[in-house]
Amino acid sequence: MSKVVFDEAKCKGCSICVHFCPKKVIQMADRINAKGYHPAYLADEGNCISCGICGRMCPDAAIEVFKP
Amino acid sequence: MKQVYAVPKSLQPQATHYCPGCTHGIAHKLVAETIDELGVRDRAIGVAPVGCAVFAYDYFDCDFQQAAHGRAPAVATGIRRVVPDAVVFTYQGDGDLASIGAAEIIHAAMRGERISVIFINNAVYGMTGGQMAPTTLVGQKTTTSPAGRELGHAGSPIRIAEMLATIPGAAYVARVSLSSPANVARAKKAIRKAFDTQLSGAGFSLVECLSTCPTNWGMAPIEAMEWLEKNMIPYYPLGEFRTPEGGASNG
Amino acid sequence: MAERKLFKGNEAVAEAAVRAGCRFFFGYPITPQNEIPEYMSRRLPEVGGVFLQAESEIAAINMVYGAAGAGGRVMTSSSSPGISLKQEGISYIAGAELPCLIVNMVRGGPGLGGIQAAQSDYFQAVKGGGHGDYHCIVYTPSSVQEMVDLTMQAFDVAERYRMPVMILGDAVLGQMMEPVVLPDPRPTDAASAGWATTGARDGRAPRLINSIYLKPDELFQHNLKLQARFEQAKAAEVRYEAVNTDDADVVLVAYGTTSRVCRSAMDRARAAGVRVGLVRPITVSPFPYQAIADVARTARALLTVEMSLGQMVEDVRLAVCGAAPVHFYGTTGGIVPTASAIAEEARKIAMAEVGK
Repeated sequence: MSKVVFDEAKCKGCSICVHFCPKKVIQMADRINAKGYHPAYLADEGNCISCGICGRMCPDAAIEVFKP
Repeated sequence: MKQVYAVPKSLQPQATHYCPGCTHGIAHKLVAETIDELGVRDRAIGVAPVGCAVFAYDYFDCDFQQAAHGRAPAVATGIRRVVPDAVVFTYQGDGDLASIGAAEIIHAAMRGERISVIFINNAVYGMTGGQMAPTTLVGQKTTTSPAGRELGHAGSPIRIAEMLATIPGAAYVARVSLSSPANVARAKKAIRKAFDTQLSGAGFSLVECLSTCPTNWGMAPIEAMEWLEKNMIPYYPLGEFRTPEGGASNG
Repeated sequence: MAERKLFKGNEAVAEAAVRAGCRFFFGYPITPQNEIPEYMSRRLPEVGGVFLQAESEIAAINMVYGAAGAGGRVMTSSSSPGISLKQEGISYIAGAELPCLIVNMVRGGPGLGGIQAAQSDYFQAVKGGGHGDYHCIVYTPSSVQEMVDLTMQAFDVAERYRMPVMILGDAVLGQMMEPVVLPDPRPTDAASAGWATTGARDGRAPRLINSIYLKPDELFQHNLKLQARFEQAKAAEVRYEAVNTDDADVVLVAYGTTSRVCRSAMDRARAAGVRVGLVRPITVSPFPYQAIADVARTARALLTVEMSLGQMVEDVRLAVCGAAPVHFYGTTGGIVPTASAIAEEARKIAMAEVGK
């Protein structure tokens, strides 16, 4: 299971999670989701520190964060 | 794995109608987290405004009433008086609360009505397409102040938190910002404190949330958050303007 | 136990509301109905209810919305300019299918007008008042006793049809004193149990009190539902009184205070040999169209009398539909028409019609 779980259907591609990620491990995908947005995804799980900031800042309640 | 951040249970699972990057969604989550923490979902009754949050009732998993423009504090008063043990909150924007509903919010505070008010200040009318709000900054361009809000013509933006803090019945009044992780964490604490104030019976509580409107400001979401911090916070200082203990920590 | 008491009209409405189980009152002062909120401010706390003086009529009616939506048996009262301010809330209450009682002790208008009795809010009360496709049920009492009886009934009717009910009185009715029999207090039932927002307790699904339907088809269906409910009220709730209509050459049509004067005018005219009858609507919404159509078949003419320059007369004409001439006599601005003037008007009409 990934440290950061995205509910891709709810993502509107605002990139707030990308901006505030302290480790810059989130990126916007090139593909588009059903809403027509580029969804965010965890590009570098190894460097993710499970701080939870992306989840707290996501306006669309599309992110949940886990710590191993 | 241990869950570090979970979507609050008091939120409905569906996607919101808000524009990408709009901070309404963050405010919704903070309210829902507070309801979860306090375990009051089954006695929470929300009041939705007219404006972008008109459909707030679709997103919270609790009873709701939808109020006429600006009248949410009066509707909440009616609910509060009928259901004494309910946890009653209104969720209102700046046009709704600070313009057409100015009388209702002042008098709800004046009565010390035991309700919690989440006041979203994004300095613009969102739903109707970006017109000038009572909170629009001087010089800020909107669709009805195309050359920028002019002080001599439209007057100065209204500082709701400071104004309500002069009212004895307003037990807790704070202004927070939804523009950064640190500010969101403070916003969460303030919203929790507002609900705690209601539950303790101390009186009226309001949290003014400085928010972004990327669509009507014509900015990308991050750019809007930066604009908020640079332009709104200097005019709308963050802090607690009144607490049940009598303290204030603004500026 | 039923009690006989001398009561002022406004206070009788208030006491009847309490006995009908009303426990919440939200209002704002305005003449000539101040005895209602004043009475409620004393009386409701005695029965565990809540009286709250709002910051405006607008706030008061929205408190009614919130309270009704939370399942409270609730009312407000005001007079004409204040009722105008309440129209926004009344429209929302109708849209959200909430029961409540609104009392309008009508005074002269337009604008600030005067503080004496008038019937110039008929259009506002009967034809909508606020925006949108909706109707209120509107009662027009003509005595203090009837104000008591109709107030008692109003809450049940409001809850049965889930729509706002109005008592359309006037300054004279509000201020006059008459002996009344007060019915026994009734317990409040839980008519709202199935829909009120009281908190989603015991695992029930969240509820919503709402009047917004952005999809045209949904709003269409919603309005059809409201309309169907009003059609039911039309079939079951129309009330009127007909006096001496069987042999009448001229039938007076009047409600409220004016109908009392018309009764005297009718007696006067009959004493002078003019066969005059009276139809007195007790509900003006739904309106007793059929009763008036029926008298139009036998009478030579109808004379509508109002303390306005002609509002209900339009519904009388609709009811009569050309079957008989419909005349109008009205006073306005706070002037109550005299029995002698109405009797004379009826006599002239009778002479002209008999002479045809």
